[in-house]
Amino acid sequence: MTTLLFTEPEWDFQTLDRTYKAIEDIALNDLKLDVYPNQIEIISSEQMLDAYSSIGMPLMYNHWSFGKLFAREETLYRAGYSALAYEIVINSSPCISYLLEENTMTMQALVMAHAAFGHNHFFKNNYLFRQWTNAEGIMDYLAFAKKYISACEERHGREEVEATLDSAHALMDQGVFRYRRPPKPSKERVLEKRRRRAQYDEEAYNELWRTLPAGIEPPSAPPVIDPEDEFSGEMKLPEENLLYFIEKNSPSLMAWQRETLRIVRNLSQYFYPQRQLKVMNEGCATFVHYTIMNTLFDRGLITEGSWLEFMHSHTSVVFQPDYNDRRYSGFNPYALGYGMMADIRRICENPTSEDRDWFPEFAGSGDWVGTLKDAWANYRDESFIQQFLSPKLMRDFRLFSLFDKADEGTFKVSAIHNENGYRAVRSMLARQYDTGIADPNIQVTGADLKGNRTLYLSHGMHRGVPLHNQTKELVLSHVERLWGHDVKLEEQAA
Amino acid sequence: MTHFVDRRLNPKGKSLPNRQRFLRRARTQIREAVQKSLKDAAVADIGKERKIKISAKGTSEPRFRLDPRASGERDFVLPGNKEFMPGDQIEKPKSGGGQSGKEAADSGDGEDDFEFTMTQDEILDIFFEDLELPNLVRTTLKETPNKIWKRAGISTSGSPTQINLIRTMRNSFGRRLALHRPTKKDIEALESQLDAAEQETPVDGDKIAALKDRLARANAKRKWVGFIDPIDVRFNSFTEQPVPTSQAVMFCLMDVSGSMGEREKDLAKRFYMLLHLFLKRRYKKVDVVFIRHTHDAQEVDEQEFFYSRQSGGTIVSTALDKMLEIQKERYATADWNIYAAQASDGYTQSGDARHCVDLLNTAIMPLCQYYAYIEILDEREMEVFASEDSGAELWRAYRTVADEWPNFATKRIAKPADIFPVFHELFKKTENAAA
Repeated sequence: MTTLLFTEPEWDFQTLDRTYKAIEDIALNDLKLDVYPNQIEIISSEQMLDAYSSIGMPLMYNHWSFGKLFAREETLYRAGYSALAYEIVINSSPCISYLLEENTMTMQALVMAHAAFGHNHFFKNNYLFRQWTNAEGIMDYLAFAKKYISACEERHGREEVEATLDSAHALMDQGVFRYRRPPKPSKERVLEKRRRRAQYDEEAYNELWRTLPAGIEPPSAPPVIDPEDEFSGEMKLPEENLLYFIEKNSPSLMAWQRETLRIVRNLSQYFYPQRQLKVMNEGCATFVHYTIMNTLFDRGLITEGSWLEFMHSHTSVVFQPDYNDRRYSGFNPYALGYGMMADIRRICENPTSEDRDWFPEFAGSGDWVGTLKDAWANYRDESFIQQFLSPKLMRDFRLFSLFDKADEGTFKVSAIHNENGYRAVRSMLARQYDTGIADPNIQVTGADLKGNRTLYLSHGMHRGVPLHNQTKELVLSHVERLWGHDVKLEEQAA
Repeated sequence: MTHFVDRRLNPKGKSLPNRQRFLRRARTQIREAVQKSLKDAAVADIGKERKIKISAKGTSEPRFRLDPRASGERDFVLPGNKEFMPGDQIEKPKSGGGQSGKEAADSGDGEDDFEFTMTQDEILDIFFEDLELPNLVRTTLKETPNKIWKRAGISTSGSPTQINLIRTMRNSFGRRLALHRPTKKDIEALESQLDAAEQETPVDGDKIAALKDRLARANAKRKWVGFIDPIDVRFNSFTEQPVPTSQAVMFCLMDVSGSMGEREKDLAKRFYMLLHLFLKRRYKKVDVVFIRHTHDAQEVDEQEFFYSRQSGGTIVSTALDKMLEIQKERYATADWNIYAAQASDGYTQSGDARHCVDLLNTAIMPLCQYYAYIEILDEREMEVFASEDSGAELWRAYRTVADEWPNFATKRIAKPADIFPVFHELFKKTENAAA
């Protein structure tokens, strides 16, 4: 007879630790998860609100927009419109999860399974996170950013810094590299460069220059051209990363402003994978907590009462309202992600003949752990849906697609969850999650650096959809502030 | 290995700097909103914590986004099909809201008005941001200066409650070391040696005597060299420092006679409430004297001034007399900056206006730093008296005072929305204002 991990709703640190160990056992041995070391922090609701307002990061530079976010969240929370998240988890190593002190012990267990194992495994293994974000370095970088921005405020005035940050924030979505890993000189190379420069200065030193009368400068050293230096040479055009381009080429920015842009750009890049992985990330965490909590219950480690409490919370998390429901606000990433992953497990274990037609590679294989781990590691939302959304799930969600033409008064139903529609619906849903299509495609096409210094941008329209006019003007005025000269944006049919 | 960290005791309010930045950023909108909310607030609620709704303008965070409504085409997928078949046409929801589902599906970031709660302090800060009492001067030196106690290092004398233990013990320790005061341990060692010597079988008399002698001397030395000697003791020392203050008194004169209707009284009270809050917040040392009058004036306290009712005829000069009387009694001009604010509907017993002007010109204005007269009109009157020159008897009479004295101001209020602008104008911060 196994003993229960806990029976009371109140938690204490011994119980947390005992429960954590039980969860860890299931996560590592049954689900074969591979995680960063965990650091679990208990915080109060007020601290949770604090964390909300700095986009979930424990450290963040100061900016009014975070204050605005806080004021909004606080008002909603105080008025009882929204409950606080049970947890926040940070993609760092060690992986930091915040648990709310008000959670019951069952919720703490759920949240540990969800954040400390589900999200953690996903952060560590998904190819986008591996490629784009540096989990070890993020905290140090944020600390640097915070210090740097506040030093700038002291030096150049709060208004100046705020204005630069405002403009940089407006371009945040255009401040990411989508298709290549940003060039990052390794530490050795930076040191090597510095050494070479010092060496050059030494060699070029000439006693003669000291005899020049005051006011006459010695001829400047010829620029050292470093083939590896990303900054040297011609501009590479077109450039999709507007912040990067402006940082490197703006004729009017000061050094600190360039560094500020760089900070915003790096943050944006850090969050970019999360935007492409909402469904998978939440799905993975939800699937993991569901599996772990049920295993705990099956092994007699938690009571029926807490299992029911868990199921209550779980079902409300994965609830997907219909499109015409008042509660509908787009697809619930938890519902879709969890639904697909639970469906993959079903296909592995009890496939129907339809599943065998659609997923011959793994239907009936029984190895759902392996299939899921492979999916978690090698797909993003778009490709995951394209690959794994099954007809059964489309029927469950009763998916249908609409064709919308701006100048027509009606939507046309183009496909529904039937034999003819499955593939069409699936690809359309997948494309909805493709940030390359969902985000406006804006590129720098030219900059007249020798003439009037106009910056030329172009928006490649996807299927004729233009930019929202008002916000376009507002954002362009921010671009002009950063560039310092005229900016022209052209919208072209792609 | 996992570890759990209890962060609950960490300092809260990490986002306070962000909030301050936000409030500064949205200042114009917030001020408008606060004024608007003040208009509808009950007198007692002015200056309380409240919910503020500001427009998103000025704090918007624009991003490039797509507008599929404008032109072009797209496909999108929705859950929950119940009746549709391929080829069906569905009416589009009216633009600008309506069917929440599809609206939200497009892009979740439509920015509306923005509502949040501000604390009393934050509201008042914004309220009184650039206001001050005009012409405030530092009063004569013979005023009893305010004093505060300041730390002034360490001294050798003082009261026992002010003993500085650390310094005292440090001195004592140094002195004990320097004078080789035997420690308790030394004594115990000697005693045990003595014990051992006494136990030894051929009793060594010399040794015992020597040990006894050493023990006696050590004990004696412990007595001479005290653990704490009066010369060790140190005290924290404080000195009084005078803080120059400028003293000011504000006389609030309000007409509560029968001719003042509920509406007028309410407007006047709102004005004084604002004034009162302003003085309380910005000037710790301002006395406020409340005088209300009908045909007879009396000094009342805050509570009565704002919340009690009274009625009767109107003789404005009684209030001025009362003010002079109180001023003579308690607020000598040499020591006090004197301010006055008077609110009335402009009607007084015929002939009294003349008397008031005389009083002001000869007695009151020479004493006052600033005198503000607020006339409460109803909105119809406000239209009739559009020009500054026309008005009721008291108004016309007071205009002559205003012509003579630059520090005499007259303003009119007809509706709640006027109060704040008038207040703001009366107490605008001026460039040459004395600190």
